[in-house]
Amino acid sequence: MHRTKVKVAQDVLDANDTIARANRADFDAAGVRVVNLMSAPGAGKTTLLERVLADGVVRDEAVRVGVLEGDVQGSLDAERLSALHVPVTQLNTAPGFGGECHLDANMVRAALPELALDEIELLVIENVGNLVCPAEFRVGEDARAMIASVTEGEDKPLKYPLMFRACELVVINKIDLLPHLELSLEDLLANLDRVNPHARHLLVSARTGEGVDAFADWLAEVARREAVPA
Amino acid sequence: MHELALARGILDAALAHADGRRVRRVEVTVGALRQVVGDSLAFHFEILARGTPCEGAQLAQRPQPARLRCACGEEWELTEPSFRCGRCGGARVSVIAGEELRVEAIEVEEEPCTARR
Repeated sequence: MHRTKVKVAQDVLDANDTIARANRADFDAAGVRVVNLMSAPGAGKTTLLERVLADGVVRDEAVRVGVLEGDVQGSLDAERLSALHVPVTQLNTAPGFGGECHLDANMVRAALPELALDEIELLVIENVGNLVCPAEFRVGEDARAMIASVTEGEDKPLKYPLMFRACELVVINKIDLLPHLELSLEDLLANLDRVNPHARHLLVSARTGEGVDAFADWLAEVARREAVPA
Repeated sequence: MHELALARGILDAALAHADGRRVRRVEVTVGALRQVVGDSLAFHFEILARGTPCEGAQLAQRPQPARLRCACGEEWELTEPSFRCGRCGGARVSVIAGEELRVEAIEVEEEPCTARR
């Protein structure tokens, strides 16, 4: 029995990217811009969204926002957000192979029929808390943002460059805690600049509300963007 | 951590090209910027491949170092995560290698195997 070599030359993420483009086309057709929001667990994704949604993303301009809440299990975050009377859809990854640690394009595709796309201009996809896997999988978003909380330490951009490079915006959260930490904000920003010199950053405390307006403005800016083919 | 999902992508690509033939070897290029743990990728691939024509196939991983090029003309291999130019300090730096995650080729036996796809 002889062996034959067969050329494949295929990107491993091709299948995911194809579905992501289909999602994007559907979002575009509905006139909805999409933000993929990522971070480590506990960085404050839900708290920041609560703040922004409670205040109204932009006060002088009505941007209607929906949230797709990705979690391995449970609906605690979705319950927190639905109290704010915005359309929230829960997406659990647990029924998959042991519970995926990220959302992929296919999971978002499966959730599309449940999303009230005709009622919103902006969809925020709150990804599963994880600094590695979500960076690999496009889901059909227009923009990617991440939250890095100051309690995580200044070295994280150097340890997770894939994630920090994938995002155009880095929200530095929990800055109200800075007086209690040994963290050097200067070093954190320098490390971010080394890994992704093009990323914008915002200093925010979702707890006190400091800087939340700037994040709201960024969301509103994304909502106003022209659709660019994926 | 993401190796499980990546292993599934590799397996799918290999099976699609195997056409039912027994696969003995799968060659992949893994860019340094993809933060893939090789042992973990091999481990997940081996488990996922069980019961498919890829069962027992060797996963040959060719690491691709990261190379960057600055608009100023400087070109270098990335050894630590710094994406600014070491010569001019600029940020107009493009990645010319190191982001690959590609199934290059598979080696198959020409006799069809009976395992399910």
